[in-house]
Amino acid sequence: MALDLHHIRSLFPVLHQEVNGKPLVYLDNAATTQKPQSVMDSLTRYYELDNANIHRGAHTLAARATEYYEKTRLMVQEFINSREPEEIIFTKGTTEGINLVASTFGRKFIHKGDEIIISTLEHHSNIVPWQMLCEESGAVLKIIPINDKGDIRLDEFDKLLSSKTKLVSIVHVSNALGTVNPVEYIIEKAHAVGAKVLLDGAQSSSHLKIDVQKLDCDFFAFSAHKIYGPTGLGVLFGKREVLESMPPYMGGGEMIKEVTFEKTTYNDIPFKFEAGTPNIADVIAFQKALEFVNDLGKSQMVVHENELLSYATEKLSSIKGFIPVGEAREKVSILSFLINGMHPFDVGVMLDAGGIAVRTGHHCAQPLMNRFNIEGTVRASFSVYNTEEEVDRLYDSVSKIAKIKNK
Amino acid sequence: MTDTRQIQEEIIDEFSILGDDKESTIYYIMEIGNKLPSFPEDERTEENIIKGCQSKVWLTTRFENNRVIYLADSNTDITKGLISLLIRVLSGRTPQEILDTELYFINKIGMSTIIGSQRSNGLVAMIKQMKLFALAYQAKLNV
Repeated sequence: MALDLHHIRSLFPVLHQEVNGKPLVYLDNAATTQKPQSVMDSLTRYYELDNANIHRGAHTLAARATEYYEKTRLMVQEFINSREPEEIIFTKGTTEGINLVASTFGRKFIHKGDEIIISTLEHHSNIVPWQMLCEESGAVLKIIPINDKGDIRLDEFDKLLSSKTKLVSIVHVSNALGTVNPVEYIIEKAHAVGAKVLLDGAQSSSHLKIDVQKLDCDFFAFSAHKIYGPTGLGVLFGKREVLESMPPYMGGGEMIKEVTFEKTTYNDIPFKFEAGTPNIADVIAFQKALEFVNDLGKSQMVVHENELLSYATEKLSSIKGFIPVGEAREKVSILSFLINGMHPFDVGVMLDAGGIAVRTGHHCAQPLMNRFNIEGTVRASFSVYNTEEEVDRLYDSVSKIAKIKNK
Repeated sequence: MTDTRQIQEEIIDEFSILGDDKESTIYYIMEIGNKLPSFPEDERTEENIIKGCQSKVWLTTRFENNRVIYLADSNTDITKGLISLLIRVLSGRTPQEILDTELYFINKIGMSTIIGSQRSNGLVAMIKQMKLFALAYQAKLNV
């Protein structure tokens, strides 16, 4: 059954407005998705009726807030199919998840001469934490190259792997190109040499069905705000045995069992990694975002998003001066491109003048842009609430803009 | 030569014809950006890049007959358009004239809504650098 787009769009108030005198076309979903009304209602409701600090209060509100907060953990467990809810740690976002692993797993298990493998496709948040760790520990960062289409070079990956490899930290879906990486292969190979694998799921979590048990990854980090949820909230999944072997991230309340001035014993997972009062309201509201996705069904959503991507790619490719960037074998939701003779920023500003929101620039992936010898791209990224008519609007505007320099 | 106020009034008039239509305004800015005289290649250096702009902006000057000539370029056409407006008002004037000029046209044409607040910061950096050049030449004259 096809999705009822009219109904879906009615759940997102922000979509129904004019920008620069034109109906808004929101195609910056890879940066952040819009939020359904239910998420916003949940936030308001929490503050109106349930607000209390969690896990320790003896009173009713505290018990209620704790129950709702922990319910999200169960829903997330189901969402990514982890074995246990204790393997779900709430963070500020994907970036914090990766930094958490670098600071704890990294500091404990990665030493001088050890190697960490990432790829050319990475977002800065999956580059810089490892550079920092390498600088501190004397470990070495190795980079899997990509081909001109934007696919990872598995032959090169095989060559980089060795007994020195302690961690492979790789993006599941590229935020700049939309490339879906063959992570099953990477995980299997990495495990064969005894390395752990972290998947940056910031993009994949909203488009692909995630099963961390089937994937067998050791870590999986993602952000709520890219899956219709609130900003400032993310999830780090880690396998129980790996999380238990890691030292805590931040010290403070919640993460302890017992504190004396002589010695502190740490709480069990996941609380060991959730020091301080967490982002309770947003965690609770995230349930509504997950419900939204579950109700529609991810497989249905992906079909629609892929249709939009193919439609857009085909249509825009007919424009004189249109240059696609990233034509990987398997892609989701993201169309990165350039217009011959024009700076991506100018294209972005002109699209905005026509009410169309896209992202322009290096997409926090400067090494990737350097690989293609470009400063940046224009990126249109699709979500479940986007329509073919909106792709037509994009096409019309890009055609008009491209004509300036491509007569 | 018309004074800086007259030129600013001309610009305000041109933009008022475009009205509230942001699309035509942006197209117009890009069009005038494309007409910016070419920038000397040997002066396209790191030192001539203005710090604080989102896109790359190169700025250099000549000082001829006590007048400051500005030469500038950018990697984006919209920025080139903005530069060309500043050059139209300030270039070819004495350092004192440049220092005395209040660039009120920028607010009058609603530049910050056209280019957004981040870019406005870049514009401020550009103006500051242009005035700094004028100040330096002025100081030289006074020696």
